[in-house]
Amino acid sequence: MLLLAHGFGCDQNMWRLVVPTLAESYRLVLFDYVGSGRANPSAWDERRYSSLDGYARDVLEVVEELDLREVTFVGHSVSAMVGVLAAAKAPERISRLVMVAPSPRYIDDEGYRGGFSAEDIDELLESLESNYLGWSAAMAPVIMGNADRPELGQELTASFCATDPDMARVFARTTFLSDSREDLKTVVVPTLILECRQDVIAPREVGAYVRDTIPGSQLVTLEATGHCPQLSAPQATAAAIVDFVGAAS
Amino acid sequence: MMCRTDQSVPEPGEEQDVDATDAVFTALLEDSAEELYEQAPCGYLSTLMDGTIAKINATLLEWLGLERSQVVGRMRFTDLLTVGGKLYHETHFAPLLQMKGEVSGIALDIKTADKQRMPVLVTSKVKTSEEGEPMLIRTTVFDARDRRAYEMELLRGRQAAEEARRQSEADRARLQEALAVLQQSLLPAELPVVPGLEAGSYYHTASPDLLGGDFYDLFPLGGGQWAFFLGDVCGKGPQAAAVTSLARYTLRAAALHDPDPVSVLTTLNTVLHERYASGEGRYCTAIFGVLQPADGRVRLHLASGGHPSALIQRADGSADYLPTPGGLLVGVLPQAPFTAARTDLLPGDTLLLYTDGLTEARTGPERELYGDDALRAFTAAQPPAGPQSLITALSGLLASFGDGLDDDTALLALGVPSLPSIASEDLTT
Repeated sequence: MLLLAHGFGCDQNMWRLVVPTLAESYRLVLFDYVGSGRANPSAWDERRYSSLDGYARDVLEVVEELDLREVTFVGHSVSAMVGVLAAAKAPERISRLVMVAPSPRYIDDEGYRGGFSAEDIDELLESLESNYLGWSAAMAPVIMGNADRPELGQELTASFCATDPDMARVFARTTFLSDSREDLKTVVVPTLILECRQDVIAPREVGAYVRDTIPGSQLVTLEATGHCPQLSAPQATAAAIVDFVGAAS
Repeated sequence: MMCRTDQSVPEPGEEQDVDATDAVFTALLEDSAEELYEQAPCGYLSTLMDGTIAKINATLLEWLGLERSQVVGRMRFTDLLTVGGKLYHETHFAPLLQMKGEVSGIALDIKTADKQRMPVLVTSKVKTSEEGEPMLIRTTVFDARDRRAYEMELLRGRQAAEEARRQSEADRARLQEALAVLQQSLLPAELPVVPGLEAGSYYHTASPDLLGGDFYDLFPLGGGQWAFFLGDVCGKGPQAAAVTSLARYTLRAAALHDPDPVSVLTTLNTVLHERYASGEGRYCTAIFGVLQPADGRVRLHLASGGHPSALIQRADGSADYLPTPGGLLVGVLPQAPFTAARTDLLPGDTLLLYTDGLTEARTGPERELYGDDALRAFTAAQPPAGPQSLITALSGLLASFGDGLDDDTALLALGVPSLPSIASEDLTT
């Protein structure tokens, strides 16, 4: 049983290239965090989603509602840290973690290199702003109007990666200003870390840091570039997940 | 006379000159496709699927301030972007391109060799092999410096408007809260518990933005006596609220000095007239009364200054007005006559005071006044079950008026509890 959790930027469609392979071996649960994809926008609460705990509560609500046990939580990017928080709160339900391109802290700190400065993150928020200029009028009906009509595949393509700017801004801040290094130490479940050979968001040394901080974790470097190996190297990504879950169970 | 030379540019549409036209246009236009690519007014680049730059045109190299040898095979597309752009590329651009095969009009900044940022609009399209395998990504880069400056203006304008809207919403919320607090100060937070008496009240606010001018109160006079009043100040808003406040506290103070209803209203008349006669001429209507419980009944003594008559619902189910004709508006003239009336409230009787929002509500398709007769009939139709139950029935009636009820309306009901039915108790024991 795998729970696939998307990161900042898009939605559960990030997983679509690995889903066919994974579905051969496992039951899959996919979801969109509130504020992303097709999650009900009325559930948005700026305060709740201003910390990763708010997103972890989304995960807990999903596993509790579906009464899932023995879950392997597969989290991309910031979701890997959300998984750490959720696993600490519900150890009876989440029994394994797969972290895809994780980073516990994006901003450099003393003795730690995350790859970014605080100014860099401001720049990202600016990029978000400039690309959302044309958003409101054109995209709002697609995103807001179809939460209850999942059959509309074409519109789903159109809304992929397009989120309400206010919600995206909050998620971006929460993601890139978070520091989950201490939380990594709480991980007690078998953990697989997947990193890309070349990733501007989660550089190799961050992958090594995560492995060194989580006792007994396993780091696999995929022959892939970019931050989304599930898109750029779906076979390798799926195979690594299947190997890990098969070996651990 | 027609004269044609070989150098002249032919007129379009002259068939015999097609060849000559082609020759001239060719001479004016690009030497080659290569020239067109390199010197195009936009940047071109092609990258492998992992982002490695395979081909780039001279225009883009010039913008970047880089040599071809520094870029081709050595840099990735994301290396040209600012850090914010890189993050945006990884979290939005690349996944979208992967899913849709093309992405257009994305605003990014490129970094130039001299550390400047240049705003651009980027469009990318994946080239696939005949088998559908993605082979490379073709990207065009447009100079967006002017457009971005304009957009930043728009963005700033929008942010300012959003901020102003938030501010005005906050102001409005604060104002409404202040109004609500002030409105509450004009009415008792809750009615006191009076031995041997039941009481109920209701206040309908016509507009949350405006302070209403209706008021009522119920308070002890000592010696087992209780006083009550209900009134209606002309107008609405802060000025009316100030009159309401003055009226309320004057009535309370006057009642402690001399509780005779006519004396109390006379004092209020003097105070309001003294305060407002020289200015905007504020006045009110009011009923003031005193209750004296005695021998299982309550003696009622009230007086009215221009206010609609009180209505009494009797224990036997009948309902009748307690007429107080001839009382004048309070505060208009220096001396004013007020009309007093007396009756006894027996167990099961309920006295109802109301403001004219109730009787002047518009009803039905003809928008007719609800009126005194309808109110009496409605009250008589209710079971005599005490003040609380009558207030509940009347608040339901008010709600049923919908937008026909456009004024504030205050209701105050005071009643003597029914005696427990001794006969039925005997039967059950």
